[in-house]
Amino acid sequence: MQTFLGLDLNTWWFLVFGAVISGYAILDGFDLGAGALHLFLNKEQSRRIALNAIGPIWDGNEVWLVIGGGALFAGFPVAYAAIFAAFYVPFMVFLIGLIWRGVAIEFRSKEPMLWWRRTWDIVYCVASIIISLSLGLMLGNVVQGLPLNKDHEFAGNWLSFFNPFAIFVAITTLALFMMHGAIFLTMKTENRLYVKMHLLSNNFTIFFVVSFVITTLYTLLYIPHLSDFFKGHPGYFLIPLLMTLCIANIPRQIKKGKYRYAFASSAVTIALLLIMVALEVFPYLLYSPANPSGSITVYNGAASLKTVKILLIIALIGTPLAATYTSFVFWTFKGKVRLDEMSY
Amino acid sequence: MDVEILARIQFAFTIAFHYIYPPLSIGLGLILVIMEGLYLKTRSRIYEQAVRFWIRIFALIFGIGVATGIIMEFEFGTNWATYSKYVGDIFGSALAAEGIFAFALESGFLGVLIFGWKRVSPPVHFFSTIMVFLGSLFSAIWITVANSWQQTPAGFHIVGEGLNARAEITDFWAMVFNPSSVDRLLHVWIGAILAGTFLVLSVNAWYIVHKKHLEIARPSFKIALTVATVFSLLQLFIGHRSADDVSKYQPAKLAAMEGHYDSSSRADMYLFGHVDARHEKTSGLKIPGGLSFLVHGDFNAPIRGLRSFRPDERPSQVNSVFQFYHLMVIIGTSMIALTLFASWCWWKGKLFDKRWLMWIFAFSVLLPQIANQCGWFTAEMGRQPWVVYGLLRTSDALSKVVTANQIVFSLILFTLVYIVLFALFLFLLNRKIQHGPVDYGTKEHIEEGTKRDNPILEHDPDAIVIRKKS
Repeated sequence: MQTFLGLDLNTWWFLVFGAVISGYAILDGFDLGAGALHLFLNKEQSRRIALNAIGPIWDGNEVWLVIGGGALFAGFPVAYAAIFAAFYVPFMVFLIGLIWRGVAIEFRSKEPMLWWRRTWDIVYCVASIIISLSLGLMLGNVVQGLPLNKDHEFAGNWLSFFNPFAIFVAITTLALFMMHGAIFLTMKTENRLYVKMHLLSNNFTIFFVVSFVITTLYTLLYIPHLSDFFKGHPGYFLIPLLMTLCIANIPRQIKKGKYRYAFASSAVTIALLLIMVALEVFPYLLYSPANPSGSITVYNGAASLKTVKILLIIALIGTPLAATYTSFVFWTFKGKVRLDEMSY
Repeated sequence: MDVEILARIQFAFTIAFHYIYPPLSIGLGLILVIMEGLYLKTRSRIYEQAVRFWIRIFALIFGIGVATGIIMEFEFGTNWATYSKYVGDIFGSALAAEGIFAFALESGFLGVLIFGWKRVSPPVHFFSTIMVFLGSLFSAIWITVANSWQQTPAGFHIVGEGLNARAEITDFWAMVFNPSSVDRLLHVWIGAILAGTFLVLSVNAWYIVHKKHLEIARPSFKIALTVATVFSLLQLFIGHRSADDVSKYQPAKLAAMEGHYDSSSRADMYLFGHVDARHEKTSGLKIPGGLSFLVHGDFNAPIRGLRSFRPDERPSQVNSVFQFYHLMVIIGTSMIALTLFASWCWWKGKLFDKRWLMWIFAFSVLLPQIANQCGWFTAEMGRQPWVVYGLLRTSDALSKVVTANQIVFSLILFTLVYIVLFALFLFLLNRKIQHGPVDYGTKEHIEEGTKRDNPILEHDPDAIVIRKKS
């Protein structure tokens, strides 16, 4: 098998896919978080500032989901087919949530009527919450494994997606995004709204830490095999340790008023969480506990070697380009939000 | 109803709805590039206001385009899992390339396009406009390549059998430049440019009819008319090339497009007509031997007819394919006639004198939209019963684990959401058009606003509080 730097190409594509998904979670994470806490803001002015903080960039952030979908479809078509056919119902809910989130952001400012704006505020907030929860629910079920038959097709019932572990993961995901979004907004606001966001950042950090601890305890007690990897490779305990330090760093930086560092810490926290998930599931993309022969790995679920090579070349050319213009746009809109006549 | 037909309805519905928007973005993108280029050259306020007006409309269209487009990317996996496994190598690569090369470019610079007027210098803003336009063009490349591969597969081999059979890439560039890619891409691009251009024509014609914003509407109309004339004519040749590819690679589709059954005889070209699929008869107004002439340059050359295909290898809805195809051709031809006539009037210096002509243009936005939809329905229904021509049947491409109930559930959900979405889109589009290309916060705007019994400025949040108290 062809390798590069000691890893085979399928593993490299798994890493690329993981990186894209982490990118999505970090970037759209703060948009979703800002959306989920939108109704905590009371004044029209505050809501507009919060919307315009993500206004110019949320579209670009959502691109990473599209790239992730393409990366999975192209590199691991078997997993793509199995995952989306299995998660039919939650995924449709997720997609409809995405439609309304985008539409609410775009439409809210187009009319000045009070009822119009209040309605879209609610749509925006509820859609963001639903998106975050359904993402978390699906992640929880992927981590836990799904019943698959020998043709790698889903052989269960969608109601089983609502199990305690997946629900805990869903709530943790929502909490994580809300914390992330609150810190982002603190970074982008001033004066009284800034003070408010400061308080909210603290509260959502507590919300996240509590849900994270509960989920972890539940996992260790009831699904102990999910921590097998770390028991087998004690060296990797550095990662959860690092993550704990990162989480601890968030309130510390908030207290010091250094929101950029706090934001960086919560971004790294998201990345480390997903790295832990990746280490835990690898080499499986979708594990089937009931019928292990139906499991999909990065090998039996992958496209041909030639396609994986082509994809790696596409990623090698495309990622620096995408990163360049993403940075350009972020740089253009850096600093505190200023409203003008083209704002939302 | 069975899962197959439900899944097909769902796909057709969601993709047809989606396809209203991206072509508008591509066409408007070109108009924006031209107008902003003129603004940079002349620094005229007329162009500046026109650009800002169309950017606001562009944002609205782009928003719905993205929202409905993301559905499409995942619908392959949810409803067509077997298909996804089969073509993942090929289709997935094209989608991944689309995401990273095209969509990222477009969405990234869109922020600067909409919100960047005060943040960046005019040349940098112009650069962003060009990037957004290029991004939308690139998107069309990858999507059309992926679809063309389904029509004329190339650069692959089949591995495995039955449920686990898959097409694997053997030659990436042969896959990308499969026999129909380039012609179909040009066809799609031009159709998209016409969609956007006719929207600009329509809105400005409406202003001209109502004698509003004339100093902006007239020059904008002329810019759009130039683009529309050039591209409608070009479409005649490019469309012919696409039909030529169909005759070479998809004979059953060609036969269905003209309702041609008998292989031994010459093939007629209908101007309009009807196909009776049960009795295998086509009737209508025709040019005898017209199709033979277009394909072979000889009015008497025989063309393979539908009867030479086994019934289970013919498109099942021959009459629909025939009607969609002919409607597209009729509309394409009338767009050429309309734009040429208007250009002639312009040359004579009488363009804006003819109110009836402006009224026709005010509704002309529908023409390219209907033609684009008809073209896609011809292409996709003409390909049936195959999802990948000659290789994979649509009935074999479904998700095995998805039930009819689940599809009905999501179909109802999508229908409701899309109806609301479309109503909102029309409402907001109409409001923006009524408001017109005057700047927010200027004197004209305030006067305009008072007239409309709506004294609130869009950018003034405190106004809402004031209104609430009163």
